[in-house]
Amino acid sequence: MRRLSVLFSLMAALVVTGCSSQSEEVNVYSARKEALIKPLLDRFTSETGITVNLITGSADALVERMKAEGEHSPADVLITTDAGRLYRAQQEGQLATTESDTLAEQVPEALRDPEGHWYGLSVRARVVVYAPDRVAPSELSTYEALADEKWDDRICIRSSDNIYNQSLTASLIAHNGEADTEQWAEGLVSNMARDPVGGDRDQIKALAAGECDIAVVNTYYLGMMQGGDDADAREIAEQVAVFWPNQDGRGAHINISGAGVATNAPNPDNARQLIEFLVNDESQQWYAETNYEYPVRADVPVSDLLQEWGEFKQDDLPLIKLGELNADAVKLMDRAGWK
Amino acid sequence: MFSLPALRSLVLLLLALALATPVLVVAGSWLAGASPNWGHLSSTVLPSYLRHSLFLALFTGTGTLLIGVAAAWAVSRFRFPGRRVLEWALLLPLACPAYLIAYTWTGMLASEGALQQALPLPLPDIRSPAGAGLMLTLVLYPYVYLMTRAAFVSQSAVALEVARTLGAGPWRRFFRVALPLARPAIIAGLALVLMETLADYGTVAYFGVPTLSTGIYRTWFGLGDAMAAAQLAGVLLLAMVVLLTLERRARKERRISVASARAAAPLPLGQGPGLLLAAALWLPVLLGFILPALQLLVWSLPRWRDLAEPGFLGLLGTSLLIALCTALAATGLGLLLIWARRLRGDRPRRLAAGLAGFGYAVPGTVLAVGVVLVLASLDRGLNNLLASVGLPEPGLLFSGTLFAVVFACTVRFLTIPIQGLDAGLQNLSPNLDNAARSLGTASLPMLRRVHLPLLRVPLATSALLVFVDTLKELPAALVLRPFNTNTLAVRAFELASDERLADAALPALTILLAGVAPVILLTRSIRNPHQESPHADH
Repeated sequence: MRRLSVLFSLMAALVVTGCSSQSEEVNVYSARKEALIKPLLDRFTSETGITVNLITGSADALVERMKAEGEHSPADVLITTDAGRLYRAQQEGQLATTESDTLAEQVPEALRDPEGHWYGLSVRARVVVYAPDRVAPSELSTYEALADEKWDDRICIRSSDNIYNQSLTASLIAHNGEADTEQWAEGLVSNMARDPVGGDRDQIKALAAGECDIAVVNTYYLGMMQGGDDADAREIAEQVAVFWPNQDGRGAHINISGAGVATNAPNPDNARQLIEFLVNDESQQWYAETNYEYPVRADVPVSDLLQEWGEFKQDDLPLIKLGELNADAVKLMDRAGWK
Repeated sequence: MFSLPALRSLVLLLLALALATPVLVVAGSWLAGASPNWGHLSSTVLPSYLRHSLFLALFTGTGTLLIGVAAAWAVSRFRFPGRRVLEWALLLPLACPAYLIAYTWTGMLASEGALQQALPLPLPDIRSPAGAGLMLTLVLYPYVYLMTRAAFVSQSAVALEVARTLGAGPWRRFFRVALPLARPAIIAGLALVLMETLADYGTVAYFGVPTLSTGIYRTWFGLGDAMAAAQLAGVLLLAMVVLLTLERRARKERRISVASARAAAPLPLGQGPGLLLAAALWLPVLLGFILPALQLLVWSLPRWRDLAEPGFLGLLGTSLLIALCTALAATGLGLLLIWARRLRGDRPRRLAAGLAGFGYAVPGTVLAVGVVLVLASLDRGLNNLLASVGLPEPGLLFSGTLFAVVFACTVRFLTIPIQGLDAGLQNLSPNLDNAARSLGTASLPMLRRVHLPLLRVPLATSALLVFVDTLKELPAALVLRPFNTNTLAVRAFELASDERLADAALPALTILLAGVAPVILLTRSIRNPHQESPHADH
């Protein structure tokens, strides 16, 4: 019995520490992993004196939690790693509009919600990587061209379960219409060198191992391999090269990680302050560099590694479209047999 | 109007309903009619989801039965070199989350990995439906092994000896006597394996195998159709109901209670066969634990300094605390439900025991969202109630505290003690209860003095299983955790799912090691005192 009561008092202590501290605070629900955001939040605390409380998890589950908690939700800021989820949170009524001159000034228009429900914090590009010994960059051109017969049995790409493929397909629907995009998806599926398996890193590995000649991936995965301390991964990353698609047209497909203030935020002012902090010079550089992403602000320099890949033209499709068309994209990929 | 026992039955049913609400919320979506996307799903992806789920269930079911039952029989009936170590070593893969072993094996077999570099032949790609089945088999067979061994150990020697005097050879004794007697336990283990297989998300998602559980995520979050997703989850639940009903029905046909406590002594094997058997038994341990653990160790060596990082011990502490609370809660509730049904098997109590165990059948995040829905509305109700009488609002008392995590894990793993204790109680003859009653013993003293001592093994087994499962399965429930609360599993899962395997290695290895101690305890709890006196065995 005594052991039980010790246990319960321990539990109670944990619960209490979880809810106490009534001073200035801001509560963050983050889909960006702890390691990729905590140091920045700590710096925010030391600069402003505002305590940051953090929960990380999948964006979908966090939004469901906010919905269920309703008016009692402690969430002040929602951070996700794609625009589609921010759009969905907004559709579900979980994001409030935030007026901020700083944010309006610093975050380019295409990278934020027109009404200010959410703001982009970093840019992630989905590109084609190729094996220079088997493919000349002149053979590559656009996302659309990935459906060409010449790529038969030569493409590696991950499952359509993945949000980045869903967003890419949604962007193609926005630009080319649903019928053309479905044909494109069918062509892409028949060009796959293997059934989709693994994550983006695995596509890069398969490319280096010769299983395919080109692969579609987000650049930061390549960056992590190239800049990480795993010698094998570095060696693999050296064997592939980045190609920026659609540079003669609309530009490369991009997505963002971004943040919005919660509808029921108990500390909306602190929430706004935090998001503003995340787009200041120093934060932008750290936030983008830690995950090998691009800052949303054009005036913030990118890391040396990213400079090696060259500058590129970004598709300026308003990202809200990716959210709007996500369900259509998923159904289209189902029909095309993209596993 | 109600007698006291009937009233108690009602209370038990309500308790079970409360435990099942997170699942019922999901299943209840069918009441609203089929989702408009249902036509799209069934004409495109549903057949493939069903095919792959069925394949995995068959593959993993067969694999875990073969390994689990054979291993249990070998270590409980024969004496051979290294048996004492194997007894617990065979359980080690239990400490390994399926998604982690999937990532680790992929890394080990990768073309740039050490294994492939050392071999001249190209290794097969593990990331296929069969590969997923193999990964799940390797970490799930211990369920069958554990339950079956407990049954073999507690089997009376008398039945086997009678068979022997009647001229039955060793194979015949195994198939015609020992196996049928152990059947409830084997089926209980198998049911756990199948539920875990069907609900697995991490492994199949990484291996690109489209199953019902990946389909649920895709439909919910990709298609934005919570109703269709919940209805897919309902299909999974239905499969479970059918499975468990068939199992109960089959078991009822032949109920055998063995009361004798004298267990058969293990037979010594010759040197050659003994070594061969030991080698075969080490194989699943090697593949399911030792090799992955070594690989994780290699990966984490350059990062060992993280151990000294403030908060790493805190991660461990929180993980252990949650696992401990869940183990106690689940075992206690399981015992209550199963024991109450034995006292009085009326319809509400049977229903209660059946209802409470369904949390295992739904993928972790789906269950977690169900729990959020239930607990948050409870919180809203409480806050509104207190506000209406002018009291200060307490905030999110249930959904915003560790209670939510423990509740979710309890709901998820409650089926383990329910299955385990059910199998255990069925082995106790009803004559025991009758004898105790005729001596004037009331129900509660009977529980304390008769049932609990005899249920020592299944109780310990269940509690430790839930403990280990909670330790490794946490990521699913951690959507529910309070602010700034972190655990090893979250750390490992976040990094691994970001394909940062090397960074995930240290917390992952710590989960594995934290799971080893309970696994060893687990084995000790099953040693039959009659079988293994310290003097008789070397």
